[in-house]
Amino acid sequence: MSKQDALPISISGLTKSYGSLFALDHVDLEVKSGEFLTLLGPSGSGKTTLLMALAGFTRPDHGSIRFGDEEIVTMPPHKRGVGMVFQNYALFPHMSVAANVAYPLKLRKVPKAEAAGLVERALETVQLGGYGERRIGQLSGGQKQRVALARAIVFSPRILLMDEPLSALDKNLREQMQIELRHLHEKLGMTTVYVTHDQREALTMSDRIAVINHGRLMQLDAPRRIYERPANRFIAEFIGESTFLKLERKGGRLNFAGVELEVDEVPEGRNLSLVVRPERLTILDGTDAGKTNIFPGTVKDLVYQGDTTLAYVTLADGTDIAVRAGMRSEAAIEKVKVGERVALGLKSADVVLIPDEER
Amino acid sequence: MAGTASGAGARANEALLNRQDWQERWALLGLASPAVLTVLIVMVIPVGWLFYLSFLSDDGNFSLEHYDRMLESKAYARIFWTTFKVSFLTTGICILLGYPLAYFLSQLPKRAAALCMLTVLLPFWTSLLVRTYAWLVLLQSKGLINEWGISLGLWEEQLALVHNLTGTLIGMVHIMLPFLVLPLYGSMKAISEDYLKASSNLGAGPVQTFWNIFFPLSLPGLFAGALIVFVLCLGFFVTPAVLGGGKVIMVSNQITNNIELFFNWGAASALGVVLLAITLGILFAATRLLNLNRILGAGH
Repeated sequence: MSKQDALPISISGLTKSYGSLFALDHVDLEVKSGEFLTLLGPSGSGKTTLLMALAGFTRPDHGSIRFGDEEIVTMPPHKRGVGMVFQNYALFPHMSVAANVAYPLKLRKVPKAEAAGLVERALETVQLGGYGERRIGQLSGGQKQRVALARAIVFSPRILLMDEPLSALDKNLREQMQIELRHLHEKLGMTTVYVTHDQREALTMSDRIAVINHGRLMQLDAPRRIYERPANRFIAEFIGESTFLKLERKGGRLNFAGVELEVDEVPEGRNLSLVVRPERLTILDGTDAGKTNIFPGTVKDLVYQGDTTLAYVTLADGTDIAVRAGMRSEAAIEKVKVGERVALGLKSADVVLIPDEER
Repeated sequence: MAGTASGAGARANEALLNRQDWQERWALLGLASPAVLTVLIVMVIPVGWLFYLSFLSDDGNFSLEHYDRMLESKAYARIFWTTFKVSFLTTGICILLGYPLAYFLSQLPKRAAALCMLTVLLPFWTSLLVRTYAWLVLLQSKGLINEWGISLGLWEEQLALVHNLTGTLIGMVHIMLPFLVLPLYGSMKAISEDYLKASSNLGAGPVQTFWNIFFPLSLPGLFAGALIVFVLCLGFFVTPAVLGGGKVIMVSNQITNNIELFFNWGAASALGVVLLAITLGILFAATRLLNLNRILGAGH
């Protein structure tokens, strides 16, 4: 299982409908060779349908899927040669750990001695060396997860698919496994398509994230771009916390509640909203710092959350906006009280504008 | 501390809690008592009485003559042989017919499966005697099957389909099939589709997936169904009596003969005891085997 030639995946016009409902609506997506790409979306968004179409378990209505140069959309699942980790692991309960991991090798008629070596190495890769003789029923959730992973990589597939593999684990183990999966991907280098509805997981692990909703690809970008420059309201709401402030356009400038906005550039066209992340706002203590937008308001609520403090501030137009600040860095938030008037600052570089949508 | 202020220090309320424990146990026993009593009256006492009778000679003294006769008489050996043969064949044919049927049902969508299951259950709910006589009408030498077979030119002579082993097997398989299909269907439905998907994803074609994954996981249900069928066959009476035409004599038929023809309660009781012992032995061995399976993880 050394680093190998990974395959790019090329999806175009892929469509799957159930009655009048589109699970996949003309999806075009290029997964680069060796990339860790996450399909992120709420349940029912079509992300799992897309993964199942890649594995061959869902037959699309039309469209094309290519692994490298090969069109595989009509190929049965057992000939696709992709590794897959299922959400509930799907380990065969009547086989030992070693037999589970050896199963794909047995089907590929790998000689027994060679297979045994590969199995042991795969188990060592997932830190379960020596667990071969265990029964599946004797394993903990985290161990099952690792065995499922070992089984999916033991035959050195050039593409690895994962369907919410960490969703059944508790929080600490999940975070640990995220890092491990990330390292494993760096080591093995196979093209990986990972499905999750957990935005933090997607941000932690991915080279790129494809945000999917209503069967459509909403944005395909690096995690930082997805978080800091969301393309539309859905993404801004789904990933992280956001408040939306409706802007007025006045002769090439943008206004909020009568106050002009400092913006690096004003996009053309439609009506715009300002996306504000709670951690990008600061409570100003009088010393105004250059190109900063100032929003006056009244503190409505203060919530202590351990690592941060959250303040809800009511702005001039009645919108409640959240401000988050770490304990030590921001002395200002420690001093404010409910009912006090404050000024919130947002740097012009942190201004994110999205087109207004009819809702 | 405030929590222990009312009672005897560190073991506060122990006696009260203990009493509650016992009250719950007695309440449970109370609920079970009608069933326990029924089993005692209609099962344990008659079986004990049979056991007692089987050790009495005709003149009322203790003797082992009924058991001696069973060991020595070739007729009895033949009866046991017939009983096992019929039970094995019925179970075997049920497996051959029932496995594909259960598989088919388990793969159908819910509604279609419920409808098809009805066709399995409908005969199951019909009187056993009625079904057995229905087979007699169909299978007899001038019955429907022979008439149609000959008029369609499938065979020329009338086939002996009844009053022999063939007729007995046809009737018994028909009656036993649901007992095999139901547990088997249940265990097949419990096999997660993800196992089959995983197998396919790892490179197994449909046939390999069936033999490597589906079949082993369905075995506990198959064992359970086959066991029920086999044990029911061992003590079966009506069908061999009606469709066997006196040529297929199983243990239960011989028991009736002993009582109705020879008025020999002792001999009948001894046969009953031996049949019971064999059945219990098989059940015991089978449960051991099934448990072993569960330990090996085939249960889930």
